Amino acid sequence: MSVPRFWRRLKNVYNLIGTQCENCGMYYYPPRSLCPKCRRSSLIIPFKFKGEGEVLTYTIVHSATKDFEKHVPYILAIIKLNEGPNLTSQVICSPEEIHIGMKVKSVFRKLGEESEKGMIYYGTKFVPLLNHSGK
Amino acid sequence: MRDVAIIGVGCTEFGELWEKSFRELFVEAGVSAIQDANIQGGKIDALFVGNMSGGRFIEQEHLGALIADYSGLASLHIASTRVEAACASGGLALRQGIIAVASGYHDIVIAGGAEKMTDVDVETTTHALTAAADREWEGVMGATFPGLYAMIARLHMHRYGTTQEQLASVAVKNHHNGSMNPKAQFQNEISIDAVLNSIMVADPLHVFDCSPITDGAAAVVLAPADVAKKYTDTPIYVKASAQASGTLSLHDRPDITTLDATVAAGNRAYRMAGLSPKDIDFAEVHDCFTIAEICALEDLGFVKKGEGGKATESGMTAIGGEIPINPSGGLKACGHPVGATGVKQAVEIVLQLRGEAGKREIAGAEIGLTHNVGGSGGTAVVHIFGRER
Repeated sequence: MSVPRFWRRLKNVYNLIGTQCENCGMYYYPPRSLCPKCRRSSLIIPFKFKGEGEVLTYTIVHSATKDFEKHVPYILAIIKLNEGPNLTSQVICSPEEIHIGMKVKSVFRKLGEESEKGMIYYGTKFVPLLNHSGK
Repeated sequence: MRDVAIIGVGCTEFGELWEKSFRELFVEAGVSAIQDANIQGGKIDALFVGNMSGGRFIEQEHLGALIADYSGLASLHIASTRVEAACASGGLALRQGIIAVASGYHDIVIAGGAEKMTDVDVETTTHALTAAADREWEGVMGATFPGLYAMIARLHMHRYGTTQEQLASVAVKNHHNGSMNPKAQFQNEISIDAVLNSIMVADPLHVFDCSPITDGAAAVVLAPADVAKKYTDTPIYVKASAQASGTLSLHDRPDITTLDATVAAGNRAYRMAGLSPKDIDFAEVHDCFTIAEICALEDLGFVKKGEGGKATESGMTAIGGEIPINPSGGLKACGHPVGATGVKQAVEIVLQLRGEAGKREIAGAEIGLTHNVGGSGGTAVVHIFGRER
């Protein structure tokens, strides 16, 4: 992804800031500028998520795209945040440890890099809640 | 609205076709469909080309004009339109063609699809395909297509007790069917053990759970049903054409194991045709991964939610079973040139209903269904075809 495209989303990606619809109360992460439930955009406000949730499902990726080939194998998961919304991220733990229903907590980590001279992406990953050393 | 019929079909061989270019592939499929329909080029009113990613695979956009030109139709100035919905581009091109004829806007329409995927290296192909998911919120996090479908599989196994052997049985069945299809990329039989012992791509999906990277093209000729018999003794009638959207990202789906766009498109198609799942004799479904065929069986209403794995293992979906699925070999064995797949599925239904499917013929089939998916379920296209109007 290009630099401006990543830069534009920094606060959302770094700080887990999504949106909330003031009309119906629904939370959105990734952020949305229009509430799909109310289908209106006038009452959308930023919302910072606490960063705790559980693993809804996961996989261990062994074959990745160019940007991630140095990181294989890694654990990709859909995390259900305690506030409601689901997101796709990586979980840092051993393959033996990961399981559906595992409680997790967000951490700030390097996501990937485009090449040796290219951009390095940072963002939110998750670690087990009870042991969040992040190693 | 007018009823629509398919009066001709054409399909290239599917595979890693190093010696053939994108334009050659499409022209080959288009010309064989036109010859099959026994029409002249001057009769053609419009052309719809399904293609996912010419820009990334061959650095070529403006594919409608390219195809019209190389099909010798630019001098006739026919309307030519490229249609894109990721891996559902072909199904959508077919649907646009059907709508164009049904509306009365055009009479004779070619609907085709083509993808040339092997002109770039595998990593570039994988990256291009990831564009069918949400680049900003899935791709950037390290999601790949096998990874997304692996997460569907993991939850399906957890919730319904689906096994890796049941997933593998989809690949084994589709390779068996592919072994009887001279156009298929893989015409070899494989065993359950071969699938389970193949390298892991995204746990629990092995490489033999995944459809391959493929070059290929397919095309059909559409005409108003009222005049179809002028061109052929065996027109195949379009009984329903339905399309539905779902969330682009898998994580936003109400149920991760259900492609709700498939459910919606299926229900619309059944309603339009006045049929129910039990009326369908056989289907070509979107088995980009083995788990995808299991979900399709459930989401199209052929079995209850959670029973797709067991049904496949029992032989229910084999040729000769209660509801044969993917007699062509599916995306798994026939290959998956993404923009061509949705049209190839219709070509297979036509061959089957005409009784021209050779060794893989499903005896006595009257009604066939196609199911084409974009991404992890952001788009679903379902068509129903019949021998009788």
